[in-house]
Order: sequence, then C-alpha cells, then structure tokens
Amino acid sequence: MSQPPAGVERRAYPRESLAAHPPNDAPAYASTRLRAPRKPLVILPHTLTELTGPVYGHESVAPGENDLTTRHDGAPLGERIVVTGRVLDEDGRPVPHTLIEIWQANSAGRYVHANDRHDAPLDPNFTGAGRVVTDASGAYTFTTIKPGAYPWRNHHNAWRPAHIHFSLFGPSFLTRLVTQMYFPGDPLLALDPIYQAIPDAAARVRLVSDFEIETTKPEWALGYRFDIVLRGRAATPMEDPHDD
Amino acid sequence: MMTERGITPSQTVGPFFAYCLTPEAYGTRGIASSEVATADAAGTRIRIEGRVIDGAGEAVPDAMIEIWQADGEGRYPDHAANAAFRGFGRAETDAHGRFAFTTVKPGPVPGADGSAHAPHIAVSVFARGLLNRLATRLYFEDEPANETDPVLARVPAERRATLLARRTAPDAYAFDIRLQGEGETVFFEI
Ligand SMILES: [Fe+2]
Repeated sequence: MSQPPAGVERRAYPRESLAAHPPNDAPAYASTRLRAPRKPLVILPHTLTELTGPVYGHESVAPGENDLTTRHDGAPLGERIVVTGRVLDEDGRPVPHTLIEIWQANSAGRYVHANDRHDAPLDPNFTGAGRVVTDASGAYTFTTIKPGAYPWRNHHNAWRPAHIHFSLFGPSFLTRLVTQMYFPGDPLLALDPIYQAIPDAAARVRLVSDFEIETTKPEWALGYRFDIVLRGRAATPMEDPHDD
Repeated sequence: MMTERGITPSQTVGPFFAYCLTPEAYGTRGIASSEVATADAAGTRIRIEGRVIDGAGEAVPDAMIEIWQADGEGRYPDHAANAAFRGFGRAETDAHGRFAFTTVKPGPVPGADGSAHAPHIAVSVFARGLLNRLATRLYFEDEPANETDPVLARVPAERRATLLARRTAPDAYAFDIRLQGEGETVFFEI
C-alpha cells in the first residue's frame, strides 16, 4: 500500500459552502421529478479519493480552442463577445492551470447537438464548444458569440435565459463544478426555474456576468466578466487527521 | 459580483453537453474518454458496464458519468494526460441508458491513519434534471475488504448493495445507477 502522494494537503474543505447550491429536488424544474434522488445523501468523509482529482494541463488544449469564433472557414453570425474572469477558491486564492470547458447555443438559440429540435437556424460557422486552461493567476478568456435564448418544454411558453455552460475541475474531486453563466439584465432570469432553483439570492447572482467596458474591445467585441469561485480548503489543517 | 464571498452554485449540465464533453460522435476528441487505462497500464484489466435508470424505471439516455480511481497499487495519478493510466474517465449514456468504461481494478487506498480502504471508484453523475453532480462510489462485490471499509460502514446496511458492482465475467463488472425509487443508489454529500 502506498502513502498519500506528496503535495496532497490534509486541510479540510468546509461543507457549509455547499449551501450555495440548489437542492436536487426542485419541482418547478420538471426534469427533476423522476431524476432527483429522494433518499437523504450519506455524508462522506473526505478521503484521499476526494482530496485528489484529475489534472489537465495546457497540453490538453490546442491553441485557439478558447476562440469559438475562429473554428470554421467563416465568421459566425451574432454579437461577438469576450468572456473573461478568474477562477478562485472561496478564500480568494487563485486556482491556476485548471481546465475550463464551455458549450453554448448559437446566436439564434440553437445548439449543434443532434437532439436540439428548436426551429432556429444552425450556423455553419459556429459549433459552440471551447476549452481553456487558467493561467498562473487563475485567469481565463474566451472569445465567442452571445448565445440566443431558446424555448424549452418545462412549462407553457418557457424560455431559457441566454447562458453559457461551464465545466471546471479545480484541484480535487470535490471542486468539480458544472454550472451556467448568464447575462446581466436578462428578463428571463426571473422566470427560469433552473436559475431560480438556487435558494440564496446572493449565491444566484454569482452566476450573472458583469458587462465591463474595460474588457470590451473597440470596434470588435463586448466584454463580460465572470469570476468563478470553487470550494476551497480551510486556512488551518484538519483538527483530527484521523477523521477519514 | 465578487463582493460576495461564497462558491459559485451548480447548475444542470442540461441535455446538450455531448458535442463538448463527450464529442466522439461529433468527430472530435474530448479531454477524456471511457478508456481510463490503456492496454499498457499495469494491473488487472476490467470492463465496467451499467445503466442509468430514472424513478419510473426508464433509461436515462442523456447522462454523463465520470469516474476517478487509483491504479492497481492504490496510487492516484498526479496527471491525467498522456499516460497509460489516467485515473479519470468520462462516458455518456446511450439511448438505452447504458455506459461502459475500460480500466484496471483499483488497489486498496490508504486512509489518513494508515488503514486501507477497500478498492473503490468515485463516480459522478450529471444529467438534465440533476441540478447538482450526484456523487456515489463503486465497490466490488467480491472484495473481502468491503467488510471493514469505513465508508461502507456509514451506509445503511439495507442500501449497501446499491454500491456493489456485480461480477458478470472474469474481467467485467455491472454497476447500475438508479436515480430514484426502488433500489435508489446511495448518493453522498461530499
Ligand atoms: Fe443550455
């Protein structure tokens, strides 16, 4: 049996921060009704399995994968945007060299995905998938097209607010996060059962990017800032190192 | 936005992630695949097959399963790219809710006090209708070490079987994930 790899810290990840997440059971989001677990979750102490995690560095991503507007012969239609931000932990420390994957609808609100039946045009010059690895300060940047809102069948006249799907790893199995970035001032946010499933209003607004004139590129693209905060370790080591 | 301290909340992966996260059917390569270990990896090569099933007993055809595990000696890799053993795998379910991984059987993993934990694989489930990643664990039904595993000991005895992969062939295990209802899989708060 081997010892924990060097560098695996044994400081605890606080559980209180999990309160920011939506509940699994959110009946207004119809797809939860047959899929959300009904039995209580079992508390899992954090073992080596949870304190480690896959590491994907720069070699996982080809140059240009963070520019979704240059993946085809021509330029995609729609409003060109820059989305930039930093990945931090909950104590404000940067999360460097971590992989971010994004996917989104095109400017008409249509996904490339084979199952998307929305009667809106595909754009031959836009796939809508991107990847990047954060730099040493946790910073990342994507160039893309502002996604359109799209209808879904959750309830009568249901429309998803414009959003970009984000997937992040962070340093451990515990920090894995899949979420969605929204745009400021979108009137659909108030009506969206996925966004509104987050009970804490202060947590909810963390999913809304900020328009930023400093990020906006003259004659080129509007700029949005979206910082992402992953679970972090407490500042002091676990009191009981045998508690696993 | 950053005046508020606190983590970024989870949202569902939705139904349309495949062309980014599991894009083989779209003709591109994702960062990970269902091959956790190549044929060059040391250890006992196994195949894990399962289905994801909803509360009505129907297949979940649009889920993504991720697994994270130690190698045959109980060591976690410190890098996932370009190695015979990646430790990490990703698979989408098919129209029948089925998924499969090829990997090696993990060894016992050390606990903080030097005790050994039974061989296990950390499993994440993502899907439309799941606002959060669901975390569970796969254990092997034919492992005597299960009897003393401290995590299994926390699981109510009558539900423990939901975490045990059944051996279906010398090199194959079956592990179904029931999101809800009869035989609901044990999911963990991590
Ligand atoms: Fe979406």
